[in-house]
Amino acid sequence: MTRWLALLARELRLALRYPADSLAAVLFFVLVAALFPFGIGPAPEALARLAPGALLAAALLAALLPLDRMFGADAEDGTLDQLLLSGLGPSAVAAAKAVAHWLTTGLPLLLAAPVASAMLNLPVEAWPAAMAALGMAAGFLSLLGTAGAALTLGARRGGVLLPLLVLPLAIPAVIFGAAGIEAAAAGLSPAPYLLLLGALLAAALPLAPLAAGAALRVE
Amino acid sequence: MLQAENLACLRGERVVFAGLSFALNAGEAVQLLGPNGAGKSSLLRLLAGLLTPAEGRLLWQGQDALADRAAHAARLRYLSHQDALKPALTAAENLGFYARLWGGEVAPALAAMGLAPLAELPARVLSAGQKRRLALARLALAPVPLWLLDEPTVGLDAASVARLGTLLAAHRAAGGMVLAATHLPLPLPGARELRL
Repeated sequence: MTRWLALLARELRLALRYPADSLAAVLFFVLVAALFPFGIGPAPEALARLAPGALLAAALLAALLPLDRMFGADAEDGTLDQLLLSGLGPSAVAAAKAVAHWLTTGLPLLLAAPVASAMLNLPVEAWPAAMAALGMAAGFLSLLGTAGAALTLGARRGGVLLPLLVLPLAIPAVIFGAAGIEAAAAGLSPAPYLLLLGALLAAALPLAPLAAGAALRVE
Repeated sequence: MLQAENLACLRGERVVFAGLSFALNAGEAVQLLGPNGAGKSSLLRLLAGLLTPAEGRLLWQGQDALADRAAHAARLRYLSHQDALKPALTAAENLGFYARLWGGEVAPALAAMGLAPLAELPARVLSAGQKRRLALARLALAPVPLWLLDEPTVGLDAASVARLGTLLAAHRAAGGMVLAATHLPLPLPGARELRL
């Protein structure tokens, strides 16, 4: 466990030294949310109707951005070999990477959610639900994305392959997340949808690192 | 004791080497020699458990070494071609991460490769030889029985090769084994040669 925490701490320290990666994802998210109103035109109601889906889609695409370098950088400079020999086990390495991805991408997106929600004219009552849905959906994507990044490691054009592999699997998170935000905007309880999203997250939490670990082993 | 029995390695569709057998006892050193592409690096990766042999067995004290890869990883240090350093972290931070993984102290390990004055510099400003020394300093962190070194002296000056020689001698005196692939003369007195 100390080793696992050491790896996580190193990932976070590296992300702090290169904050551009996290900032790029947040900026992408906010910019997409800012562009939507221009496309919809002067119709605030239509915008609010679209807001839940737009928020989820923009956040998931933004969270995809740093994924293709997740293992690539470590594989190129030889760090990945050392990590695989660190005694941690490939699945534990993958789990640390997924948690670090959520902390450096998912968490900033969650914090930026109110800004994006305001630009999409989402009713203020729905903001907490939006933050919860984004946080969990981003966590689900971090886990799936880790497995995808491990699978596409070493593949030519892995950066193109990765979204094709990961995004279809993330569709349930978009459906339940958007439904939860919509329910909150209509004054209903978002709990049933968010609980389903939580169930997805709970299923991916053990499975995705195992898959990623197996992919890292097979070289 | 490390024993290789009839090892074979495939890369792609090509046989890199086959029928390779050797044994390595405590305190012994072996230099891997051979032309480029002869499979020196592949053999080291295979011995580290990063590749699976296409054929043959690898034994540690008579037991299958690759049956428990985590246990095998815990008894070896592998120095690859790449230095496995993060340019954004300082020399001390780079080494400190491995110290937290494996145990050992950062400052003496840095001093062992003459890097103490560079401890607080980010790795991106180090020269190629200094980066290599920082990678080698990992060997000085915590003792393990088996060192697998892939061209350890590339880019090193004479003083650093001598420091590496001191590390290697201490490691072998404590009963450690060394397997080093190289094209350059290494400070390994009495090392056997294995040609691929």
